[in-house]
Amino acid sequence: MPLVGHPVRRPGRPGLLQRTYLPSILKGMWITLRHMFRPKVTMRYPEETWRVPENYRGLPALVRDDGGRVKCVACFLCEYVCPPKAIRIEAQEIDTGVEKGPRVFDINMLRCIMCGYCEEVCPEQAIFLTREYSTVGVSRKEMIYDKEKLLSMGGIRPDPIKKWSRLTGAGASASGTRGAERDASR
Amino acid sequence: MTGSAATREAAARTEETGELDSWVMTTRLADYVAWGRKNSLWPMPMGLACCAIELMAMVAPRYDVARFGAEALRFSPRQADLMIVAGTVTKKMAPAVKRIFDQMPEPKWVISMGACASIGGVFDNYALVQGVDQIVPVDVYVPGCPPRPESLIYGIVQLQRKIDHQKLT
Repeated sequence: MPLVGHPVRRPGRPGLLQRTYLPSILKGMWITLRHMFRPKVTMRYPEETWRVPENYRGLPALVRDDGGRVKCVACFLCEYVCPPKAIRIEAQEIDTGVEKGPRVFDINMLRCIMCGYCEEVCPEQAIFLTREYSTVGVSRKEMIYDKEKLLSMGGIRPDPIKKWSRLTGAGASASGTRGAERDASR
Repeated sequence: MTGSAATREAAARTEETGELDSWVMTTRLADYVAWGRKNSLWPMPMGLACCAIELMAMVAPRYDVARFGAEALRFSPRQADLMIVAGTVTKKMAPAVKRIFDQMPEPKWVISMGACASIGGVFDNYALVQGVDQIVPVDVYVPGCPPRPESLIYGIVQLQRKIDHQKLT
């Protein structure tokens, strides 16, 4: 079988200048020097922060409506859809007589992958992903956020549908009549 | 020469006024050692999945963890003192993670980076360790899937605070 191609020759002994390593060193230092005059790319993180986009998916949080009411009605859709099963809800009755509300609403932030499915699935627009992207914890227990903490993270979002005010308007008149009956019975 | 002259001058001034504080800084040994430890964390990159990409981004020029003295990523556990577990720890990989942690010299710390390493993440199945804290002691948990490099930098800053309060032994 004939040989194909030629074997590579060992490189010969380099010249005197090459053997001093000076050209290679100068070449390397020239690259270093050139980089010193390029624009600096480092973001000095704790002092300088990044401009977070509006639709950024950070940690999830519960919101209140403009009446200060917890918008969540404990329908368990987010708990059902959550891929890493980070949400745990326990429902309770609330005094409007129509909807229920969450008694316990825990999100395990270590499990949460900020996918946004909970925000997408929520029929009451009660859970949103905030733009918070830098949170750490020193224990597992600390990273389970309870209802109060989630509500304080979420803050208030105005409700465009005004479902609750209509409900409470009806509820107010009903309770008014009930109150009147109670007064009459007295 | 100027240095020794300044020292002599300062010593003379101390003899005159008794202001030792003007040229001597005193500290406790524990604080001094903690200062040294926290500002030269040498991470052992335990990159097991996609979180390792963000770990690389943290070391890269844009985020540049060298500003916190933790840029010397050592791939040899004998030269590292901070293990950053980045990614899904499978049950097959767990003995290796444990062994590498055991090979690191004391004092050593562990950052659990990302949902998978912290608590298993979306993978609640037979193949995954549900949290690397079941095999090694974790100091700081960084949530996210994956966490941003800023988040990990914040985790390192938190760890530095923790080291600052640690005792000497």
